[in-house]
Amino acid sequence: MIRFIASRLLRAALTVIAVMTFAFVVLRLSGDPAQVLLGPDVPQSVLLAFRDRWGLDDPILTQYFSYMHAMFQGDFGLSMRDRSPAIDLVLQRVPATLELTIPALILQLCFGIPAGIYAALKRGTIADRGVITIAIIGFTVPSFVMGLLLVLIFSVNLGYLPSGGSSTLQHAILPIITMSIGGIGVLARFSRSAMIEVMGQPYIRTATAKGLKWRDVVRNHALPNAAVPIVTIVGFMVGSLIAGAIIVETIFSWPGMGRLLIVSVTNRDLAVVQCILLLVAAVMVVSNLIVDVLYGWLDPRLRNTPAAH
Amino acid sequence: MTALLEADSLVRIYETRRGLLARPTPVRAVDGVSLQVAAGETLGVVGESGSGKSTLGRMLLGIDAAQDGAVRIGGKPMPAFGSPDWRALRARIQMIYQDPLSALDRRLGIADQLREPLEIHQIGTTNDRNQRVHDVMHSVGLRPDQADKFPHELSGGQRQRVVIARALMTDPDLLVCDEPVSALDVSIQAQVVNLLADLQREKGLGMVFISHDLKVVRNLCDRVAVMYLGRIVEEGSADEIFAYPKHPYTQALVSSVPQPGRALTRRIILQGEPPDPANRPAGCAFHPRCQHAEDICRRDVPQLRKVARDRNAACHLLTPSNAALPLA
Amino acid sequence: MPRTGPAKADRCRARLYKLPRLFGSQAHRARPGELHPIRKKKMSNLIEIRDLRVAFDGVAVLHGIDLDVAPGEALGLVGESGCGKSVTWLAALGLLPDKAHITGSVRLETQELSGAPRQALERIRGGRIAMIFQDPSSALNPVIRVGRQICEALKLHRRLTGAAAKTEALRLMDLVGIPDARNRFDLYTHEFSGGQAQRLMIAIALAGEPDLLIADEPTTALDATIQAQILDLLVTLRREMAMAMVFISHDLAAVSQVCERVCVMYAGKIVEQGPVTQLFNAPRHPYTRGLFDAIPRLTGPRQRLIPIPGTVPDPRHLPDGCPFSPRCARVQSFCTTQRPDLLPQPDGRQLACAYPVPLAPIAKNTAQKQKIYQ
Repeated sequence: MIRFIASRLLRAALTVIAVMTFAFVVLRLSGDPAQVLLGPDVPQSVLLAFRDRWGLDDPILTQYFSYMHAMFQGDFGLSMRDRSPAIDLVLQRVPATLELTIPALILQLCFGIPAGIYAALKRGTIADRGVITIAIIGFTVPSFVMGLLLVLIFSVNLGYLPSGGSSTLQHAILPIITMSIGGIGVLARFSRSAMIEVMGQPYIRTATAKGLKWRDVVRNHALPNAAVPIVTIVGFMVGSLIAGAIIVETIFSWPGMGRLLIVSVTNRDLAVVQCILLLVAAVMVVSNLIVDVLYGWLDPRLRNTPAAH
Repeated sequence: MTALLEADSLVRIYETRRGLLARPTPVRAVDGVSLQVAAGETLGVVGESGSGKSTLGRMLLGIDAAQDGAVRIGGKPMPAFGSPDWRALRARIQMIYQDPLSALDRRLGIADQLREPLEIHQIGTTNDRNQRVHDVMHSVGLRPDQADKFPHELSGGQRQRVVIARALMTDPDLLVCDEPVSALDVSIQAQVVNLLADLQREKGLGMVFISHDLKVVRNLCDRVAVMYLGRIVEEGSADEIFAYPKHPYTQALVSSVPQPGRALTRRIILQGEPPDPANRPAGCAFHPRCQHAEDICRRDVPQLRKVARDRNAACHLLTPSNAALPLA
Repeated sequence: MPRTGPAKADRCRARLYKLPRLFGSQAHRARPGELHPIRKKKMSNLIEIRDLRVAFDGVAVLHGIDLDVAPGEALGLVGESGCGKSVTWLAALGLLPDKAHITGSVRLETQELSGAPRQALERIRGGRIAMIFQDPSSALNPVIRVGRQICEALKLHRRLTGAAAKTEALRLMDLVGIPDARNRFDLYTHEFSGGQAQRLMIAIALAGEPDLLIADEPTTALDATIQAQILDLLVTLRREMAMAMVFISHDLAAVSQVCERVCVMYAGKIVEQGPVTQLFNAPRHPYTRGLFDAIPRLTGPRQRLIPIPGTVPDPRHLPDGCPFSPRCARVQSFCTTQRPDLLPQPDGRQLACAYPVPLAPIAKNTAQKQKIYQ
């Protein structure tokens, strides 16, 4: 088990470093931070001074190594806008993002999975088709369209809910719903197909032939098997939640990490962008690691046990 | 006269992991198998799961490389897998698999699939190829109107005929059949087995027939090799080996085939499970389940040696002068 | 004392009823040697199936099955793929999907199973009729420990929980021949071989102390030497527990080892039925005859196999008259227009054929067999 986790952690660390490197290179190739931050009317000398101070004219490898060196010492660079430590800026915004993503994830799990399972058990009926249709609408409509639509309906026309800002609980409702709809659709669809496949397996017939009540067959025999593919999908969805956060926070003016990312990328605020990417990569990798470990727990065939003789 | 196919002390080892973290353990799927097939002869290879018979079949075709030992076709060594020589050799040796549905391409009509081997080996002109497809279809008992059907539109027996037809397209010298009739109903099995026997007789093919079904092997094959855990434990003529099995495993195998009229109580019921190649017993691989096992059996691996006229067996307790163990 | 027959079955049953049970028909105790009280009234059948018909999406797959199983009897059900031998019993137990259309009557002693409400069927399944399936490694749940799967059945039918359930589960595992049961109780399905998995399925089936065990191709997916073990086990268990058994298989010889009576099915109907020895010595339906002839022999001289020409008909396009007529060597004009009914014969068997093979012993060689076909 130790070797397993160790090898996974190593792989995780390498992934994060790869992401960082990629971002590093792309950011530096894609535009001049000095120009963007200081505006187009600034004289050349000021630009040069700026670039010199931030080391932007050094060869890219030098910049890379000095960044990595600093990072391993806990220094994630300074924001080019206000010279405060990038990491502080980012961490300040994390709670706001969590206020959206965690409830969204919970909603996705609580609505998506049961909907999919229900549809699978009632396969072929109108209920099944209804769930599938709603699920498809949910995940094909892009989140910004969905967000704007919800704002239009509930804020502008009906006036029930505020359209922006983050001062009260009410402000959070629309963003959370927007973030969770896509995932609910995806989870419903996947849970349904996972469940349909499990219900067709021979051991379900054996369980029914034992005389178990139908709900016990579903609960004790089918669900534990369907859990394995469903857990895989949930692992992926954590990643898409973070991506969704970017769009949703922008639409709803929610002061979270996603908005910070947009602003920083626009301003080529390199350190902040890298810091956010590092955090996101770490979260993705950790969630996949958890999924891998959960697999072993859920499916005994994947564990290290010798065959009985 | 050189045999059509000769295998000499074939060994195949593959690495397997028991679970996610264990060190890989080497598994000897085939452990020193030698055999020969002459043109026009059918060799049956029987055994249960873990015996290595399917791996042996693939090694005879050159699909699985041998870690030790050699395979020779017509006296010449088997070329490496994937090399141009090996691909050219495919026209002479063909394989027939157990599940015809997965052996055929779902999206091609049968005639197209039958024509493919000719196109690959560039045999004949277009007209020749079409004619050959027609002829071979006829010889396996398929109707011309089935030429454009897809595999899923045919029955199991018909699909297996298509697989056999496809194998015959290039007029091979040797057929390796791995459980070709196991998935078929009894009445269809008989049809396909007869077909194989007829084709072999007409064309003088050599055939290796791998199966777990002793009854079919007895009626189709000239010679039989019984495998247990990667080694041949007994070989001889089909007429004799099932009527007078000498090795205790062969005796148990023959006895396990239900025969109407012979009660269960007169059978030898082996205790224990078919062995795991990853967990090979010391000495004779069969000794944990053998009722005659003695000390030497637990220590030394018996070699395959002659124990009677036209019979070889690998058992310490069988010698040419004492080639009969009492059936328990 | 007779070795077989109703008296022995009763003695076994008497012994069985003496075993400690939390639930038991205490009122139906029988003393050894005495005929069981219920059977004193009437020699009734355990199962009576009358005119069972099953259709999927409008396509009929069973065309009226009539079948009886007496208590303690071993019945074999033989046929090739698609003949409906499994469907018959899946329909009887209500295990077919809802879209299957089932008509006809299936009686378990006095209780009607066909169309019975779900709760009634759930009580019967496992408790009075148990079923084991082909390919045991996939028929057991891969993520639940096997001990727990056995205890689940014990809790359901015998209200045993906790330590009592575990003890009984271990006893069952020993009974079916799982070595070192105590240490294997908490293992998972994939850690057992195919033969052991089938034994576990049998243990689960026995947990409910059923009156009837339906074994649907229990040995087909197993190695030859393991098949022999499992057949041996089934015979022993049946003898010890005086359980009735229905053995479904395509392997005629295996069926003859285990069963007293055999039904041969073709295209959704029973074509011949009778005691094993009678059927095996002199099969009269041309299909039964063809099946026997098509089976290769292990002993005796090497022979060319004798197939039955043609293939099993598609249930959507059954021929008129007798479904076997296109393949039958004895077909007459009557056969292509009228479907023969399953009728009792003077020698005790039942036969659905208008021109059966005349009573004669099995041909010894190919030449003789072909002569019979003429």
